[in-house]
Amino acid sequence: MAILDILVYPDPRLKQISDPVTKFDSALKDFIRDLNETMLAGPGCVGIAAPQVGYFDRIVIVDLSSKPKNPNHGKLVLVNPVIVEASGSNIGREGCLSVPDYTGNIARAKKITLTAQDEEGNEHSYQMKGFEARVVQHEIDHLDGLLFLDRLVCRRSELFPRQNYAE
Amino acid sequence: MSSWYLLTLVGKDRPGIVAGVTTALYKMGANLGEASMVQLGGNFTIMVLAQYKGTEKELSEFILPVAKKFDLRLHIDSVLEPKHQTSLPDVRITVYGADRSGIVAEATTALANAGLNILNLESDVGGGPNSIYILIIEGTADKGIDALQKVLDDLARDKKLETRLSPIDTLIG
Ligand SMILES: [Zn+2]
Repeated sequence: MAILDILVYPDPRLKQISDPVTKFDSALKDFIRDLNETMLAGPGCVGIAAPQVGYFDRIVIVDLSSKPKNPNHGKLVLVNPVIVEASGSNIGREGCLSVPDYTGNIARAKKITLTAQDEEGNEHSYQMKGFEARVVQHEIDHLDGLLFLDRLVCRRSELFPRQNYAE
Repeated sequence: MSSWYLLTLVGKDRPGIVAGVTTALYKMGANLGEASMVQLGGNFTIMVLAQYKGTEKELSEFILPVAKKFDLRLHIDSVLEPKHQTSLPDVRITVYGADRSGIVAEATTALANAGLNILNLESDVGGGPNSIYILIIEGTADKGIDALQKVLDDLARDKKLETRLSPIDTLIG
């Protein structure tokens, strides 16, 4: 087991699009173990995506077991995750292991339906809302070469919270 | 060694102010830090941190021509080297109601007594002839969120204001 090096912006590899996982073998499990250890080493970190450690396969881990106040599924390994449905919009504050010392306000879907495989390759479907849905959207963005910096909203655009109309 | 300055430029809004001011700063070798540049009413306000090798007097001499060109009043303060996001907001508060004087004073005094440290406040007036005053505040709840919620409930009841508090749970991932 090892803590892997985190790529930090402006490393151009953070903009790379990751490939689907096709082989569910022991190498995948070993990598997921290291990725998890790397996430746990990040202070306050609740999610990580494989490309953040320079591994361009569609794998993310989210772990909200430390946030019992937000409804969540605990620790999830999501392989080839796809958001099949999204609704609502919410502004929340995000930071990133790959963008140290900066946080910003980001609009994300409030509720999502997600399909993903686990590390054995079994298909699962999840309903998520609020903070957990936000974390998953942040991590899936990494798989598509997007950082939260690509989705910053102007502070003043919050003045009339439009999510009230979207419901 | 270069020093940090906080420049304030204020005047009637017109096109080209931001480009004009920042180009002048760039040409004199100043390095910009955090900035707030925003239209307030028909005015344009710039507050910008800049790192510069020269003295306050030299900075002022360089910037005055562009300030004059755009009819901006210029003020410069010498400041300590800025730190980035020294405290993170953990609460966002919205207050709005029919416009009248005293809303900001009442709300912020009550919130300050309940432990709110304001990091960012923006307010706006909207709603046409029956104008609405809107306040959005981000800050830290130094005495906890419940204390702020109680104050907001009191404001809603006693001062006929709509109030909303949302905790800010910063995601790191
Ligand atoms: Zn991230």
